[in-house]
Amino acid sequence: MDFNLSDITGYLPLVILAAVVLISLVIEMYIKSAPKILPWLTVISFLGLSYQSLLTIGKPGSFFNNMLATGGHVNIFWFLFNFGGAVVALITIDYLKKTEIYHGEYYILLQSSVLGMMLIAGAKDLIMVFVGLELMSLTFYILAGFARKRLFSNEAALKYFLLGAFATGFIVYGLALIYGSSQTLNIDKLYEHFTFESKNIVGIIGLFLFFAGFAFKIASVPFHMWVPDVYQGAPTSTTALMSTVGKAAAFSALIIVVSPAFGKEKATEILTPLVATFATLSMVYGSITAIMQTDIKRMLAYSSIVHAGYMLIGLAAGNKEGIDGVIFYLIAYSFMNLGAFGLISVLEGKEEKNLAISDYTGLGSKYPVLAGLLALFMFSLTGIPPFAAFFGKYYVFMAAIRADLLWLAIVGIAASAISLYFYLRVVVVMYFGKDESKFEVTSSNPALTGIIVSALLVILMGVLPGSIIDLIAKF
Amino acid sequence: MTLEQVLFGFFALVAVVSAVMMITGKNPVVSALFLVLNFGALSGTYVLLRAQFIAVVQIIVYAGAIMVLFLFVLMLLRPDREQSYFKDKPQMKLLAIIVGVLMLAQIAYAVLSTTTGKVAEEASRIETGTIENIGRELYTTYLLPFEAIAFVLLTATLGALVLSKKKLD
Repeated sequence: MDFNLSDITGYLPLVILAAVVLISLVIEMYIKSAPKILPWLTVISFLGLSYQSLLTIGKPGSFFNNMLATGGHVNIFWFLFNFGGAVVALITIDYLKKTEIYHGEYYILLQSSVLGMMLIAGAKDLIMVFVGLELMSLTFYILAGFARKRLFSNEAALKYFLLGAFATGFIVYGLALIYGSSQTLNIDKLYEHFTFESKNIVGIIGLFLFFAGFAFKIASVPFHMWVPDVYQGAPTSTTALMSTVGKAAAFSALIIVVSPAFGKEKATEILTPLVATFATLSMVYGSITAIMQTDIKRMLAYSSIVHAGYMLIGLAAGNKEGIDGVIFYLIAYSFMNLGAFGLISVLEGKEEKNLAISDYTGLGSKYPVLAGLLALFMFSLTGIPPFAAFFGKYYVFMAAIRADLLWLAIVGIAASAISLYFYLRVVVVMYFGKDESKFEVTSSNPALTGIIVSALLVILMGVLPGSIIDLIAKF
Repeated sequence: MTLEQVLFGFFALVAVVSAVMMITGKNPVVSALFLVLNFGALSGTYVLLRAQFIAVVQIIVYAGAIMVLFLFVLMLLRPDREQSYFKDKPQMKLLAIIVGVLMLAQIAYAVLSTTTGKVAEEASRIETGTIENIGRELYTTYLLPFEAIAFVLLTATLGALVLSKKKLD
């Protein structure tokens, strides 16, 4: 193997994050003031790494015998994971203290989880996709059960673990079949041997299994059954992590592995209907079920299913515009959901109180800033123009129309119209309900900082969508 | 017949017979012991396939570590009720048959569609499966996944600790 030390600038973020994980472990073990150091070490290193990822965005490279690629979309994903991770860490700081589940391990697991996501996004080899996915999923299982004394949290962790292990089984089996038919694990060479034209059944089944496994990870119908329970039961800061950057990481794997298959003639005939079906089911089922929810975390869980559907439209389109749209959408979705879950974690009382939508009655007059921010995120989740998700949907739907999938775009627009109801209900309750909110909010400056940064990003992406999509489309 | 074919016949016979004995046995402990025999015979066939490392790992990890765990669980829990499992749940029997048929179809497909081609040449060399070769591959071609798996293990250890330690300070 040729090893060149000057290469290291390309994959420096990975090395630094791995080192931070190990250093945090030592700090947690030996230093008394670890509760003060660890959160801020996490935030600062995440911010530094997201900056570093953007710096080297224009320098494509491949390392470790073509196991890892950097530059372009990979670095955009790395930026998203690290910046999202920083926001999650900010939200977490006071949330863990409030709910009395502070253990330094939370931050170490958060760092390892982002490390796993970075490995997925940079993967050039199916083994790397798998190892990165395992690293990410394992930390998610643990973080979901982090509130060890709460039954809901235990249930979430166990359910997520059992079903997640099942999905992982799908993925491994799929990888084995793909390897058997293409005789390589390198993603660039994957579709040389294994083509849809030659009716390579083993390979096609393998690809389907792979897709099914990742449909579980991105929370798409019909592999969605774990989502509401896990999102509701897990500590809110963990839900924020799983539902945003975790979903983005799973999507990055789909973009890397499945989207190159769309170039082939026959592939489009088989793959497009499959992905489009998943997208339609997710959008319709998610938006209809979300209407009936009374718990805000559950409502956002179903909303997460709907958004997975919108993003699958971009994948089903199979063209470059679609992929760029999905990446834009992922960034937009991540920050508005991080903001929404951040606000929920600020408003949440001890022992999982104040989580019903009806608890938010009259919030508008009591806490105008928090209510205003929450309203902003709800508008953005709906896809109302000045905010980010509108343009995310716009790019994805346009890509679908360009790929002759007008009907899919229409389903998407219909689902958006339905979703207007359950997002705006929160806003209506906050501003037009009578002031009945009994709860006192313990203000949390770090969390508010994270939320406001997310809000600014959501607005920025809504005001200047062109320059951001140009940046994404450049690669 | 070459020596290789004789050995293959022997190992294959032992593997099949022990597998049948395992699933027909009434006593779970005896079944578990037959499974150990099955693993041993399988590792013999691995050697014939020039996969010496996998053969050794099969013995150490499966026949050694995992089966000991199995036996401990069986002896401690004494699962007597499980004998009537299929009698209580006839639908599970149907499911088992379906899964079995599917597996058989898969293996049949794999055997029938296999063409002895370019893989055979490289894989038939004795050096391919040695520990030295596997180690070299791990530390060169697969260096990054190897390091990443180290982090997976670290995370799993940390997680086991976080979730199950009685008193976390």
